[in-house]
Amino acid sequence: MDLIRIKNVEKKYKNGVTAIYDLNLAIEKGSFTFVIGGSGSGKSTLIKMLYREEKPTKGQIIVGGLDVAKLRNTKVYKLRRKLGIVFQDYRLLPKLTVYENVAFAMEVIGASKEKTRTKVLRALEEVGLKNKVHNYPDQLSGGEQQRVAIARAIVNDPKLLLCDEPTGNLDPERSMEIMKVLDNINKTRGTTIIMATHDKEIVNSMKKQVVTLKDGHLVNFKQKGTYIDENI
Amino acid sequence: MRIFRMLGRSIRDAFKSVIRNFSLSLASISCITITLIIVAIAIMASFNVQNFTKEIEKDLTIVIFLNNNVTEEDIQLVENEIKSIPNVNKKSLVFASKQQVKEEMQEESEVFDTVLDEWSNEESPLKDTFQVKVKDVEKISNIAARIERIDHVNTVRYGEGMVDKMVTAFSSIEKVTYGVVIALVIVTVFLIINTIKLTISARRREIGIMRLVGASNFTIKTPFIIEGMILGLLGSIVPVIFTTYGYLAFYKHFDGYLFTQLIQLIEPEPFIYSTAGIVVIIGILVGMVGSASAVRKYLKI
Repeated sequence: MDLIRIKNVEKKYKNGVTAIYDLNLAIEKGSFTFVIGGSGSGKSTLIKMLYREEKPTKGQIIVGGLDVAKLRNTKVYKLRRKLGIVFQDYRLLPKLTVYENVAFAMEVIGASKEKTRTKVLRALEEVGLKNKVHNYPDQLSGGEQQRVAIARAIVNDPKLLLCDEPTGNLDPERSMEIMKVLDNINKTRGTTIIMATHDKEIVNSMKKQVVTLKDGHLVNFKQKGTYIDENI
Repeated sequence: MRIFRMLGRSIRDAFKSVIRNFSLSLASISCITITLIIVAIAIMASFNVQNFTKEIEKDLTIVIFLNNNVTEEDIQLVENEIKSIPNVNKKSLVFASKQQVKEEMQEESEVFDTVLDEWSNEESPLKDTFQVKVKDVEKISNIAARIERIDHVNTVRYGEGMVDKMVTAFSSIEKVTYGVVIALVIVTVFLIINTIKLTISARRREIGIMRLVGASNFTIKTPFIIEGMILGLLGSIVPVIFTTYGYLAFYKHFDGYLFTQLIQLIEPEPFIYSTAGIVVIIGILVGMVGSASAVRKYLKI
């Protein structure tokens, strides 16, 4: 079963730059996919289109049965509840504790206190931060902050986890920790993960399927792929 | 259950941000306060003006003096003519003969009594009169003119002059107040838009994250709308106190009449409560309209 189906998608920004040309792609449920490419290759645009931050100019994107391109602004939340998103800059709320930051995602969709509590603690346990629930983000290292962000992304049990350069601000050691956490989520929860990155080490060591973009064109889609310089 | 949780959250957030942006909130609240005080004065003034013009209108009577030498038949003729005029209150038509007028006047004062006694009915300078009220006071001068054209009618008098002037003066005051109120309401709405805009930008990051984790637009917008309503509600506290106690004091000070017995003030008891209610509702509405338009403008979601 394909969780994501992308058909003839083209994205042209208002300033005239075309970020994606005629992209066709299907991503299976439960898979772990890297999207790689240099800057300007369109990998961020692709991720943004998957969570409907950007709309495709042409073509069709189906995520978990929802036609993303046709989704109205007022209905975007329906898509967002099916997926979790992790960014390079963590995007935590500085005035909330670790627990509150993760619980925030449950509160705003109206979950009950008890349900929130069990789910938040479970998510924090999965990312290995159960002992830091009462800390504030600025008391944590970058890697830990990113793990809080991951916990927040998975707390609603999404089918899909989108990561836009989650290790971009971290040193190689911390990056590997994050990858372990993500791999673990992929394996134990069966969450489909799509991760945009330009980190060679990570891609080569994880041996997952790899989508390679170059100047907005899909150049390679491989199982157990590696980061090939000459293609980029 | 879920909707209550969300609402509780929205109200909590709204109060938080009122306190967080205290200086701007205070500016909005004071602006609402000033507006509402003037609105309250306008409401109370216009209700009172309406009340006493109605009272005056009820009492406004046309007096018709007939010629000296009219016969019974002539009087009957005139009566029918008057009744046929539209807008005349037929039930209020009363006839007073020379004799009746004379007796009335004699009762009123001793001087008249002795003087009038010397005249017989034939040589009496008094005239047979009709008194009549009209349904629509604005047409009183037209009706008076029409009555004056009827045969056997000598003169027609009604309360021209002072009453007319007073009514026009008060209604122009009313119009000016309405203008001021509308201008102030607009200024207040703009101030609230700015307050809410600031809250929105202060919480931009939070809103972005809410969007990302799947909060519906309704969930995101509601706290700001509630914040506007809270500002309106807080702004109406002083005007409500002002209305209730102010009007009560005013009423007591003037003993229920303004300047003359002609202008009777409305009883304060139910009146101040309904006015206070209207003031609160206007305050909340102004806050809501301001924040709703701010949300629409600055929260492109």
